[in-house]
Amino acid sequence: MQPIITVRQLGKTYASGFHALRQIDLEIRRGEIFALLGPNGAGKTTLISIICGIVNPSEGTVLADGHDVVRDYRAARAKIGLVPQELTTDAFETVWNTVSFSRGLFGRAANPAHVEKVLRDLSLWDKRHNKLITLSGGMKRRVMIAKALSHEPQILFLDEPTAGVDVELRRDMWAMVRALRATGVTIILTTHYIEEAEEMADRIGVIHKGELILVEDKAELMNKLGRKQLTLHLQSPLESIPAALAGYPLKLSADGQQLVYTFDAQGEHTGIDVLLRRLGEAGIDFKDLQTRQSSLEDIFVSLVRERA
Amino acid sequence: MNIYAIRAIYRFEMARTWRTLLQSIVSPVISTSLYFVVFGAAIGSHMNGIDGVSYGAFIVPGLIMLSLLTQSISNASFGIYFPKFVGTIYEILSAPVSPFEIVAGYVGAAASKSIILGLIILATARLFVPFQIEHPLWMLAFLLLTAVTFSLFGFIIGIWADNFEKLQLVPLLVVTPLTFLGGSFYSIRMLPPFWQKVTLFNPVVYLISGFRWSFYGVSDVGVGVSVGMTAVFLAICLAVVRWIFRSGYRLKA
Repeated sequence: MQPIITVRQLGKTYASGFHALRQIDLEIRRGEIFALLGPNGAGKTTLISIICGIVNPSEGTVLADGHDVVRDYRAARAKIGLVPQELTTDAFETVWNTVSFSRGLFGRAANPAHVEKVLRDLSLWDKRHNKLITLSGGMKRRVMIAKALSHEPQILFLDEPTAGVDVELRRDMWAMVRALRATGVTIILTTHYIEEAEEMADRIGVIHKGELILVEDKAELMNKLGRKQLTLHLQSPLESIPAALAGYPLKLSADGQQLVYTFDAQGEHTGIDVLLRRLGEAGIDFKDLQTRQSSLEDIFVSLVRERA
Repeated sequence: MNIYAIRAIYRFEMARTWRTLLQSIVSPVISTSLYFVVFGAAIGSHMNGIDGVSYGAFIVPGLIMLSLLTQSISNASFGIYFPKFVGTIYEILSAPVSPFEIVAGYVGAAASKSIILGLIILATARLFVPFQIEHPLWMLAFLLLTAVTFSLFGFIIGIWADNFEKLQLVPLLVVTPLTFLGGSFYSIRMLPPFWQKVTLFNPVVYLISGFRWSFYGVSDVGVGVSVGMTAVFLAICLAVVRWIFRSGYRLKA
């Protein structure tokens, strides 16, 4: 199937000479949730802004559902909804008016039934006559999502949707994103809450210093790079790792109280059984043990550090 | 053509006008009425008429032009500056709208608003000074042409301005002086010959002269020249707006 967004050799150099993006190639699949990860200033927002028409590309092309976003901007943009990172709203407009405005702006005839549905889905219906200035930050965030959905887009960009949002709203938003995906909408979100990408995304792209350093299925990524760690809390501290255990990838904590063993979760033989036997033979007792699978966060940090 | 978008922007801007009724309609009407009272009714009754027109009636077209120019510029400049300032411009830029549609929405609303204002001031003036309108259709045509032209000019200023000071700078330092020196309160033939020549470089002279002709059938410069010069200014503004959208100047990085 044809990808819904195709980015080819995209580059952006700002007037200041800053290279925000370098030779980005990316395909977004129809109907997926794609998470774009990266530290602040990596180029996530620039990439989104180019696709949505807010920033001009310096080189390369972007197709949205087959339409070039520069040459055929009308057709391309009509398919896209954008929720930007900053909470920017017209203070004195009512919720209803601002959402209806967005629908008109995107070239759709008024449809009160659709606007009502969007507002109800986002728990904004009771606030429809309120002016935006009277709403809380979380409510404003919902309004911005409602505006982006007002014209029934096929592609939704969420730029840091849950920055500064409380737990409840974050859960609501995740539920909403899943519900949207169920209706066939493709969703691209940027985040630096890795837990969010881990929870939501089908695929993950990591962007760092303007380069797309990785695009991978989330599950595969976590399998491939996922490491497990076994931590043993010792009965009595050790000064150093005993010679009998020298062949193992072990680390001793600074206070000598903990031994950390890293192994491949996918491997046939994790080696835990042998290690524990050796420990017993060496007379090292432990009072507690725990294992931990590395999270996407660890993977991400190590990826970015490798490049740094 | 994205008619829905033009309508959305137009309605949004007009809604802003009604929300700020005091500032946008009532206050210019009151301040212009003060001119009619002071210069028209009070001082004017002690002055000789100009070109056979009583002084009070003579200044009516110029004062309407003064409001029309300043209001067109401030409406249109604020209308596009504010979304840039608060960041809501992202939505306009990411929408499937052409530059023409954006301009039609913003400039159309700003011009409508100042035409409504001009007509209210015209009606108000009638309360203070008697006057007649010889060429009502021409009068409306000048009103429309001027409102559109200077709303476009205001739109350009709103895009150029990157702070509130600049937004005020051009109207205060350029437009108001040009209007006062453009013959609102006198016929340029009352000036010494040298200053008469200098005045011809002031575009506002042509607007006021043409507009006054539509009222009383007398003018400082030929009415054709007035229309021509306004059209030239309109064409320049259109060219600048076209360049702004082509280059993304102050709109897109």
